[in-house]
Amino acid sequence: MTSPRVRISVICALAALAVAIPFLFGPYRVGQFTLVLVYAVAVLGLNLLVGYNGQISLGHGAFFALGAYSAALLIEKANVPHLLAVPAAGAVCFVAGYLFGIPALRLRGLYLALVTLGLAIAFPQLIKRFDGLTDGTQGLTVAQPVAPSWLGLADDQFLYLLVLAFAALMFLGAWNLVRGQLGRAITAVRDAEIPAATLGVDLGATKTRVFAVSAAYAGVGGALYVFAIGFVAPEAFTLTLSFAFLAAIVVGGLATISGAVFGALFIEFVPVYASDVNDALTGVIYGGVLIAFMWLLPEGAAGLLHRVRGLMARHRDRREWASEEKDLTPEGGAA
Amino acid sequence: MRKAGIVWLALLAALVMAFAACGRDDESGGGEGGGDPGITDNSIKLGGSYPFSGPASAYRSIEQGAQAYFASVNAEGGVDGRKIEFVTLDDAYEPPKAVQNARRLIQEEKVFALFNTLGTANNAAIWDYVNKEKVPHLFVATGASLWGADVDAHPYTTGWQPDYVTESQVYADYLGEEKPQAKVAVLYQNDAFGEDVLNGFKKAVEGTDIQVVAEESYEVTDPTVSSQMSKLASSDADTFLNITTPKFGAQAIVAADKLGWKVLHIINNVSASKLLVLEPAGLDKAQGLVSTAYFKDPASPDWADDDAMKEFKDGLERFEPRANPEDPNCVYGWSAAATMVEALKGMKEPTRDALMDSVRNMDTEIPTLLPGINVAMSGSDDAYPIEAMQIQRFEGENWKLIGEVIQAEH
Amino acid sequence: MERFVQVLVDGIATGSIYAAVALALVLIFRSTGIVNFAQGEMAMFSTFVAWGLYEAGVPLGFAVLSTLVLSFLAGMAIERTLIRHFEGGEVLTLVIVTLGLFILLNGLAGWIWGFENRAFPSLFPDDAVDVVGVRLSVESLGIVAVLLGVVGLLFLLFQRTKIGLAMRAAALNPESSALVGVRVGTMLMLGWGLAAALGALAGVLVAPRLFLDVNLMGSVLIYAFAAAALGGFDSALGAVVGGWVIGVSENLAGTYVDFIGADLKILVPLGIIFVVLLVRPAGLFGTREVARA
Repeated sequence: MTSPRVRISVICALAALAVAIPFLFGPYRVGQFTLVLVYAVAVLGLNLLVGYNGQISLGHGAFFALGAYSAALLIEKANVPHLLAVPAAGAVCFVAGYLFGIPALRLRGLYLALVTLGLAIAFPQLIKRFDGLTDGTQGLTVAQPVAPSWLGLADDQFLYLLVLAFAALMFLGAWNLVRGQLGRAITAVRDAEIPAATLGVDLGATKTRVFAVSAAYAGVGGALYVFAIGFVAPEAFTLTLSFAFLAAIVVGGLATISGAVFGALFIEFVPVYASDVNDALTGVIYGGVLIAFMWLLPEGAAGLLHRVRGLMARHRDRREWASEEKDLTPEGGAA
Repeated sequence: MRKAGIVWLALLAALVMAFAACGRDDESGGGEGGGDPGITDNSIKLGGSYPFSGPASAYRSIEQGAQAYFASVNAEGGVDGRKIEFVTLDDAYEPPKAVQNARRLIQEEKVFALFNTLGTANNAAIWDYVNKEKVPHLFVATGASLWGADVDAHPYTTGWQPDYVTESQVYADYLGEEKPQAKVAVLYQNDAFGEDVLNGFKKAVEGTDIQVVAEESYEVTDPTVSSQMSKLASSDADTFLNITTPKFGAQAIVAADKLGWKVLHIINNVSASKLLVLEPAGLDKAQGLVSTAYFKDPASPDWADDDAMKEFKDGLERFEPRANPEDPNCVYGWSAAATMVEALKGMKEPTRDALMDSVRNMDTEIPTLLPGINVAMSGSDDAYPIEAMQIQRFEGENWKLIGEVIQAEH
Repeated sequence: MERFVQVLVDGIATGSIYAAVALALVLIFRSTGIVNFAQGEMAMFSTFVAWGLYEAGVPLGFAVLSTLVLSFLAGMAIERTLIRHFEGGEVLTLVIVTLGLFILLNGLAGWIWGFENRAFPSLFPDDAVDVVGVRLSVESLGIVAVLLGVVGLLFLLFQRTKIGLAMRAAALNPESSALVGVRVGTMLMLGWGLAAALGALAGVLVAPRLFLDVNLMGSVLIYAFAAAALGGFDSALGAVVGGWVIGVSENLAGTYVDFIGADLKILVPLGIIFVVLLVRPAGLFGTREVARA
């Protein structure tokens, strides 16, 4: 395994890179990266549920939408300051996720997937139904956060850094969670339910809690989405989005934290490049790339990284042994 | 370990400060001529966002029509010697993609103006940003009445096609003449488009003897509208107002026929396409259908010898051979592009503000629009470019225009 | 009363559409154990092929038959070349691959045939019969007949033939089946081939009413999933009954329960699924899963 010092330097380098982005690129690219961060938070939540806990959800888009609309309505109609809207949206989705998680306990595998699919389909309809509140299909424009003048940053730079700060917090939270007691319970429930129960893990509570946390992440992602795009409409939260999130966790790597970023990068950039290559063949290229990616990297991008690190570690170990052996052989003699 | 971490964090903070101080290469404004971006002495760059993929991809033929027109203008030397480049991006009919496309077109491609961006939600998502950047946002491809309703807040945005409220007014006028006591059953798509037409119609018939006695909605994600049709047919309506998009329009025609529901059937302009709706449904079922038109029907023999339509078909064949010349969406794109070119010609200076002046004071005829329908706006009092339509009725194999052009001012 | 029966009948007609696609889903699940997201798009693609043949002058019946055969072969080929690589691995990886296939086929069909909608000829005559004041179209009756016929054939296949038994074994327990001599790979190929052919059949049955375009199956797929879930993912009869229940309940609710209206109509089938899955997860006709520790 890599030593903690190398790890920390890598993380710091990545962090430096992440912070540097708004200063290296123009506003359009920075906007794209901001969206990558937004998606990464939502995808992280989904990974907790699907990757670490083994519960399949096809409805993550619905919680994302719930978070987005909660934030949008709070900011536009209740004049809640932007910063507060994010945790508020997270809280709303936490509760919703918990409530959904309770009946979901009785379902597993395929059936849970189907019910969550239903949720993803139903949600845009609910948005339309309550169009007195949500402005329905016309959509709701939301004021985006504006850079305070004393910082000397452009709006898009400030927005990116703000979202980065939230995202970093969420990632830290997930990292902590996974390493803590709940995290161990979560993976135990996925891998071996009965033994876990024997050891005192409360299956029901664990599962509903994961659902709630996962939904909360999606909710925070949704709120940050509102910051980044400044507009919500039912068309933005269709099934396509839920499928994209699912693809993102698999492409990034199931049950990994870093995978969320890879997955988000994939779902944000590949469709754009696909349509740049040939806008008549966007679907063919995107679908093809997805399949090719799965063929070559079934463990996702994060899985590839782990393997590379493993290889490097073994290589380094082998060199150490080799140099040790050399010390042991008699001088001038071949082994 | 902790100490190393703190040192790293300090370095990081220093890095951030240094970057913030440098700033970045902000290339905003300043084309080569020293004026607005996207326009030089020999070129004009326009930007558009269309659904090339996804559920609305049937509308991509609009872009083909527009590109063909620009190409034909370029072949003749362009506008005042400037060749037009129309950069288009795919948004799959999704608002977040439209937002990103708008940013890309304005910031990276540095277009002079946005033209014909498609979709009500998509345009609503971008118009605040585009107006803030003071980029002309012209001739949007949606019939929502939104675009002309608030010129002060969004001075750079204009619509183009007769909006849905105008259209519903025309239907109300027609019924007022032909069937003043009509009892109307309505099928409408449950989104901004459908609601715009329905509400416009209800408002237009207020105070008359025309009543809406039944209304049923459907979702774009529904597989079929048969149950809605069944319900409408069992009402006591003697008129059917069909507010749908092509696939569902065809289903509704077939359903009405199968149910033996023989009433006056008014179908909205979006679904009046012979190619996309009537032929799939079966021309025999389309007899007597009433709709509106504002541009010449490419499938109609009435315009076979028309110079403008011949030019259109030639242009399409030369520059967009994959496009279908009978697809009215192509004529739509062609006509909108023609309007754009007229606006460019009317610019007194090569600047965005001059373009907006030219647009807001337009009064011109476009050859592929119906005779008697012109594109006119006057300042902020009249922000709807086309406000007239003509009734057409389907007889035999084609649409026949009847009556006169009806003006339906806002 | 007449109105009610008409609503019922309409619901069954619509439900038959869902049932047709659900059958293909069930077949894949029974013979390979996975859920194929691309099922609808494969069916749509096949329907386009049939359309192409018909437009080229081939008589309709022959065009449909050829399409069924071609789809069968294509299904087998997809399993052998693409899906085989992922079997035995993470289930989710395979789900994402079928999702990729969904996107790919959708784009490919659009590129080849364009995105406009077009008519597809019906296999049945354009007539209707009036039974006790209720209008039944010959087409709907025909579809119901075909569906029930397919259910019967599938029953015979799976319950009464050796191949059917081998297919079921290969899906349920590949390792043990291989040990007793079942050619697991071939059985899986067969399963995909049959499901593809069934999907093609569903497509040609459904397209006349829904009109053929690239998004033909997009909206139907969800309902088909719901129908299969309701009826039990491993029961062909369940798929059909499930489709009917959904069609009817949706129609009834939309007609009689006002506050639901058209906006929330879709909540009815979803709600039914939810309740059924909570109370009886195996669906109405599925076999109950016995979970071992």
